[in-house]
Amino acid sequence: MQKRSIVPIIYILFLMLPIYWLVAMSFKTTNEILAGFSLFPQTFTLENYKVIFTDPSWYWGYINSIAYVTINTVISITVALPAAYAFSRYRFLGDKQLFFWLLTNRMAPAAVFALPFFQLYSAVELFDTYWAVALAHCLFNIPLSVWILEGFMGGVPKELDETAFVDGYSFPRFFATIFIPSIKAGVGVAAFFCFMFSWVELLLAKTLTAVAAKPIAATMTKTASSAGYELGLLAAAGTLTIIPGAIVIYFVRNYIAKGFAMGRV
Amino acid sequence: MTVELRNVTKRMGAIEHIKDTSLKLESGHFNVLLGATGSGKTSLIKLMAGLDPLASGQVLMEGQDVSRLSTQKRNISLVHQFFINYPHMTVYENIASPLKVAGMAKSEIAGRVEEAAKILQLTPMLHRRPHELSGGQQQRCALARAIAKESRAVFLDEPLANLDYKLREELRDQLPELFAGRGAVVVYATSEPEEALLLGGRVALMDDGRVTQFGPTAEIYREPGNLDAARVFSDPPINTAPIVKQGNLAMLNAGVSWELTGAAAGLSDGEYNIAIRPHHVLPVNGKAGTVKLTGQVQVTELSGSESSAHFEMGSGSWVSLSAGVHPYEVGELHEFYMDPSACYVFAPDGSRVA
Repeated sequence: MQKRSIVPIIYILFLMLPIYWLVAMSFKTTNEILAGFSLFPQTFTLENYKVIFTDPSWYWGYINSIAYVTINTVISITVALPAAYAFSRYRFLGDKQLFFWLLTNRMAPAAVFALPFFQLYSAVELFDTYWAVALAHCLFNIPLSVWILEGFMGGVPKELDETAFVDGYSFPRFFATIFIPSIKAGVGVAAFFCFMFSWVELLLAKTLTAVAAKPIAATMTKTASSAGYELGLLAAAGTLTIIPGAIVIYFVRNYIAKGFAMGRV
Repeated sequence: MTVELRNVTKRMGAIEHIKDTSLKLESGHFNVLLGATGSGKTSLIKLMAGLDPLASGQVLMEGQDVSRLSTQKRNISLVHQFFINYPHMTVYENIASPLKVAGMAKSEIAGRVEEAAKILQLTPMLHRRPHELSGGQQQRCALARAIAKESRAVFLDEPLANLDYKLREELRDQLPELFAGRGAVVVYATSEPEEALLLGGRVALMDDGRVTQFGPTAEIYREPGNLDAARVFSDPPINTAPIVKQGNLAMLNAGVSWELTGAAAGLSDGEYNIAIRPHHVLPVNGKAGTVKLTGQVQVTELSGSESSAHFEMGSGSWVSLSAGVHPYEVGELHEFYMDPSACYVFAPDGSRVA
């Protein structure tokens, strides 16, 4: 092994350590975790996972989270596509200001909006539904998608649009059958980030739900209260929350690099 | 087929990109729009294609006003300078796409695509995607799409500008026969005078958003109507110099004078501009009645069969272009011989007077 590869290997080991620890813990019993330091599970158990997959109060947490994250991703991309097209293709009064203002929405802390959203959604009876969380997460996911998609659209020459119109394509047909396929990398990257940010966001998701739409992250807090500390169960739940993100990352891994190169991610 | 522009103008904010232009283009020959970058060639094409709104005026096709007709309904084709193809479709799907949109039967589409692909030597690549092709092949794919459509008008906006020298020559030789007998109005924009001459047909000279002259290419080359036309249609740039006419004599500021003949002799005394093409200013005296110009050689260029020399005489800068290889020393004083009968004479406002 070459000397120069030692530093990156150590770095990667440190990065992986907490994840390894989480996964290792999920296969231990709570007693073993509390007993002290052990590098590998001494008594390997799948009991923790069994609880999660059989207890509705656990697995519904996942279903709820996946439901509102999916709704949010679909809404964000559907709304951001035409908006990004307008920013990329047309000059209009205040376009640059509006574009920047969209970005500043990303900078506002979610806590600022938690109370007004709670009050508003309670009033229109959206409280404790998937739609409440999905719509609330649009607050930061739509601006982000517009920003990412606009970057990818800027890479498509305007002449492509013109050629399609000359060839007889109507605007909707051009947009759906020519334009979106030519920026599918951008759609993938934007969808990934919507998914990711919505998946990890906790404050709004917890505030806007009670029972029916409770996200997995909120479910996880309950282990600390009921039958003492169920650390093994908590670790198993944590491991399972990583999996959807890992799957999505696998599919868009090539596009993400392109997005980074464009400076829009 | 005809495409006609009647007093069209195009504005972007306060700036006029096209200024009150009228032009009637016909099928059967190439219609070349010749002008420098930014002279309005692309703007004019976009107006004819309906991609940009008219500020005023009318666009007519086959005598019918299409000013309010959308681009999609004008039945035209457009090939850009950049190689524009639909990236996610194969070459076959690319060529077929306008026909598919028009709702043509599958069997007929296949026939048309195969014919166009054969003419443009794309048959072996029909199932590849555009990014797997070379630049020349990508542009041929765009041309095939335009041909297969059999539209009323084909607009070629500097289609060869981004190709390398060899491919450009090859494709340029093919272009006229490609569109011959198809009945479409072919409009070809270029910034290279040489291309306009090689393609023949008719040429519209463009300058600053206006068509300055329009007519058969050879005629306009021989008889430019104004100083701008003479300038546009020359490569290397045409020599221009102010003269003072007194009686029968034309005097150049550097103390050179000659006797005027023909129409120029009949002009009233005063100040004029002359323009003379570089190949009428030669390093050897091969003709009777030439005028000797002595200048300091600044830059010399050899391009295979031709040599050019830029020289300075008095305050003016001149170019000589001659066949064969001439040894020039940069900095030396060299004698050149100008043929005054090849001079164009322009009034101070730029209009041709002799």
